[in-house]
Amino acid sequence: MNKVINNVTDAVQGIEDNMTLMLGGFGLCGIPENSIAELVKIGVTGLTCISNNAGVDDFGLGLLLQNKQIKKMISSYVGENDEFERQMLSGELEVDLIPQGSLAERCRAGGAGIPAFFTPAGYGTEVAEDKEVRTFNGKPHILESALTADFAIVKAWKGDTEGNLVFKATARNFNPMMAMAGKVTIAEVEELVPAGGLNPNEIHTPGIFVQRIFQGEKFEKRIEQRTTRTI
Amino acid sequence: MALDKKGIAQRIAQELRDGWYVNLGIGIPTLVANYIPEGIEVEFQSENGVLGMGPFPFEGKEDADLINAGKQTITTMKGASFFDSATSFAMIRGQHVQLTVLGAMEVSENGDIANWKIPGKMVKGMGGAMDLVASADNIIVAMMHSNRAGVSKLLKKCSLPLTGVGCVKKVVTDLAVLEIRDGAFHLVERAPGVSVDEIKSKTEGNLIVNGEVPEMSL
Repeated sequence: MNKVINNVTDAVQGIEDNMTLMLGGFGLCGIPENSIAELVKIGVTGLTCISNNAGVDDFGLGLLLQNKQIKKMISSYVGENDEFERQMLSGELEVDLIPQGSLAERCRAGGAGIPAFFTPAGYGTEVAEDKEVRTFNGKPHILESALTADFAIVKAWKGDTEGNLVFKATARNFNPMMAMAGKVTIAEVEELVPAGGLNPNEIHTPGIFVQRIFQGEKFEKRIEQRTTRTI
Repeated sequence: MALDKKGIAQRIAQELRDGWYVNLGIGIPTLVANYIPEGIEVEFQSENGVLGMGPFPFEGKEDADLINAGKQTITTMKGASFFDSATSFAMIRGQHVQLTVLGAMEVSENGDIANWKIPGKMVKGMGGAMDLVASADNIIVAMMHSNRAGVSKLLKKCSLPLTGVGCVKKVVTDLAVLEIRDGAFHLVERAPGVSVDEIKSKTEGNLIVNGEVPEMSL
């Protein structure tokens, strides 16, 4: 099944105002930067974005925030972004902060047909407010529900025309679960190869979870905290 | 004399055991990796999806696709592996990681911890901290004994929004090593040259001192 889309403009076709999007990445690592740039260009607004982080002021999801295209963020950690903090404290931006492991599992559950699950994370904290509590093996757990999205936008290292994906190093992060949880999943890849060009034993995300795939025009791959050693 | 951040990390490193998988939080905990005792092998997990984390890269060798949970560029050791975030937290929630070391703004005498939010001031989010503290059996908190204003961070009850309840078992500060059990801080060791009286005066929560308290050996 050929899922190749020629360019980013066609890839994001159908994303409209007020939709819910999932965007892969951890910090600026493994984010779908070509698609984000295109969303800025087409100017869709009122978006609910599910993403572990919110980018930095001038890169990643920070660009959509600057442009006031995001109505609500669902994330686990949003430091490193002044504009985000300003919009949140002024009430312009709705924010739902959830534990990182619960976020990952809620996306996985959404794609795997599991409507909800119990986790110990967040018990006894603000996160547990209004959530069902049940004790298993003597330990209290809270009920968390699955997440899905109108579109999931993920970034992979390599992909083939069938939509199979391979990620590189820690750029994998949330991308595989989000790919599973999108009604439509768009994958932007650094290198697009013909079917048969990837070893089936080494595929991380099977093509069944991907509806559209395209090769990104360029990847800046910005480093958030460049840290080196001398000895 | 009170320990500096490196000293706290050095003391915590003595808690490492051969064959352990360890998750280190951001800040002082990260420094623990610099003081692994001779003759033992541990493997560091970073919740963004790597086991077998190595030191920072040399200049020019940074890879934007290879970072730790603090978004810093890193390297990997031989035998390292990468995985997605759901698998990463399966390792954590499933208690496959033997030790978690993290920082805190407040810890209470019953083991509650607060480290993610100061209402009205700082709301950065909890990241993976809530999953880590809710699941790990063995949690060590690395922090200064008092905050910058000189107020004790070892309290009867946390004043800030909680990250987890009743989960911290051990705290290592610039002044002392303390164990938390039966609703109290038990003084186990003191930093070189720091008196029991000083620790008492800087601990707001219930502090139990039993007999002679040895000095840490670093």
